[in-house]
Amino acid sequence: MSKSQITLQDVSRVYRVGEQNVYALDTVNLDIFNGDYVSIMGPSGSGKSTLLNVLGLLDTPDKGHYLLDNIDIIALSEIQQAHTRQNTIGFVFQAFHLVPRLSAEENIELPMMLAGIDKNLRKERVKKALQDTGLEDRAHHRPEQLSGGQRQRVAIARATIMQPKIILADEPTGNLDRHSGQDVIDVLENLNANGMTLIMVTHDIEIGNRAKRQIKMVDGKIAQEIKADSIN
Amino acid sequence: MNVFDSVQFTWRALSHARLRTALMLLAMAIGVASVIVLTALGEGARNYVSEQFSSMGTNLLIVLPGRTETTGGSPSTFIGETPRDLTLDDALALTRSSLVKNIAPIVVGAAPVSRGNLNREVPIFGTSAALADIQSLEIAKGKFLPDNAISQAVPVCVIGATVKKELFANKPVLGKWLRIGDRRFRVIGVLESKGTTVGMNMDDIVFIPVKSAQALFNASSLFRIFVTTRHADSIEQSKLRILEIIKQRHQGEEDITIITQDALLSTFNNIFKTLTLSVSGIAAISLFVAGILVMNVMLISVSQRTSEIGLFKALGAPPKQIRNLFLSEAVFLSLLGACVGVIIGHLGSYGLTQAYPAVNFSAPWWANLAAFGVALVAGIVFGVSPANRAAQLNPVQALSRR
Repeated sequence: MSKSQITLQDVSRVYRVGEQNVYALDTVNLDIFNGDYVSIMGPSGSGKSTLLNVLGLLDTPDKGHYLLDNIDIIALSEIQQAHTRQNTIGFVFQAFHLVPRLSAEENIELPMMLAGIDKNLRKERVKKALQDTGLEDRAHHRPEQLSGGQRQRVAIARATIMQPKIILADEPTGNLDRHSGQDVIDVLENLNANGMTLIMVTHDIEIGNRAKRQIKMVDGKIAQEIKADSIN
Repeated sequence: MNVFDSVQFTWRALSHARLRTALMLLAMAIGVASVIVLTALGEGARNYVSEQFSSMGTNLLIVLPGRTETTGGSPSTFIGETPRDLTLDDALALTRSSLVKNIAPIVVGAAPVSRGNLNREVPIFGTSAALADIQSLEIAKGKFLPDNAISQAVPVCVIGATVKKELFANKPVLGKWLRIGDRRFRVIGVLESKGTTVGMNMDDIVFIPVKSAQALFNASSLFRIFVTTRHADSIEQSKLRILEIIKQRHQGEEDITIITQDALLSTFNNIFKTLTLSVSGIAAISLFVAGILVMNVMLISVSQRTSEIGLFKALGAPPKQIRNLFLSEAVFLSLLGACVGVIIGHLGSYGLTQAYPAVNFSAPWWANLAAFGVALVAGIVFGVSPANRAAQLNPVQALSRR
């Protein structure tokens, strides 16, 4: 068995709603390995997005331990967590979250600019990313001038430009038509095939079922986990 | 993010919201321009007054009857009583001092001046020949009062440019007779147009011998005595000597006040410096208001770009970097506004100088520095709060905002 890349031990995330504690995550235990392809499914409010936010260091668990490459993430400072996020994790969002005033290539370049990477290296990587996503002719277009599928491909290029080990995708096809959605999933699966760990939250059962590991969440708990080899 | 990227990114963010940016620039520019224009006004006025006093003459002492003293009584006694008038003999006595170069006794009044059926009420200055030298009066035609004007009531006069124009138009003037009050005077000179000096329009004036003025106004006392000293460094010594001479003549009473030109200049300089600083301070309030506007607009900007801030956090930007990005926007705006304001301010000052050429309205160098400094401080102070708000946003909540 390969080495665990992500380990969640008894992780809970509690929100206070009025007088009540609501468990968005309730004692979650999970191991994710290098190169895994994991889909997280479940009804609304089941804790899928919270789990993804915790995995992406955007949210901090109230209880439990989170080990990423054997490092206790919760013990890290805010700056160290930001640095880890910058270099290890790439995000793909349902709403794309492209900066409207920047062109496609500038949006892809953004993480490297924030990281202070040399301009020449940035240009080189952006050029390759545009080629890989088939968006060379859209390099200078702003998000509003791109189709939904093109926007999501720009977002995926941005998520991968720092060459992270893990891609976290939150409903990446949620705002796309079926054809564009299929294209986006193909791009993501291609990244997984090249060794990136892909963790994807989705409502789409058909897409979710394509993952090697399918996690079903209910009321903040992992209710069921199915591995592709057990299906086959 | 390096400095170049930071500046470029800030510029892109600002140029994307053009109207918002333009309004903030305008607010800051108005504040800075106000400081520049108002300090230019203050400095212009100060320089103008300094020049005016300088034009009164150099090494000048002015002797006034009565002694300025604080008696603690009713307002009427704030200025000491005048036990004795200053007389022409007092003035002549001053010439005994080797320190004194020139004296010009002054008697002032107003009288109707007429020629034929043309008549106007004009200030009359009774004085001596020395006044032309003391006040650097330039003669356009003829000559100034004769040397014996101090001791004899010679019926001659020298008129200002406006009086000449009103009473003689383009006709010959030298040797013609004027009626001043109930006496006749022959015009022997016309002054070069000089404009207003220390509140007195030198063009609308008639100079006559002091003796004649005393006779005309039936007065034995003098209004002032202008005294010039031989050397600039003997002013204080001369002052003491004048006091001594007058005291001897006034039975030991020290009943005159002597004002030196330096003291006058220094007092006016201080007044105008204080005035300039005060109006600059008032103008700086508009910079404060502009700073508050910058803060408000930056808060709106943070609110509108919440999801962008969430994205930056997701992309690994630490809070400090986000804070710096927003702070640099506020500072960039303030400095750009200051640049525009300095240009507008100097154009305004130039316009004022064109409108009133007699005064050079020019903002001092420190006003530019102060305006930039205050704009920068306003940008930082009022930019910190929105920048902190951006840096402290919860990334999950920020990303969920549209």
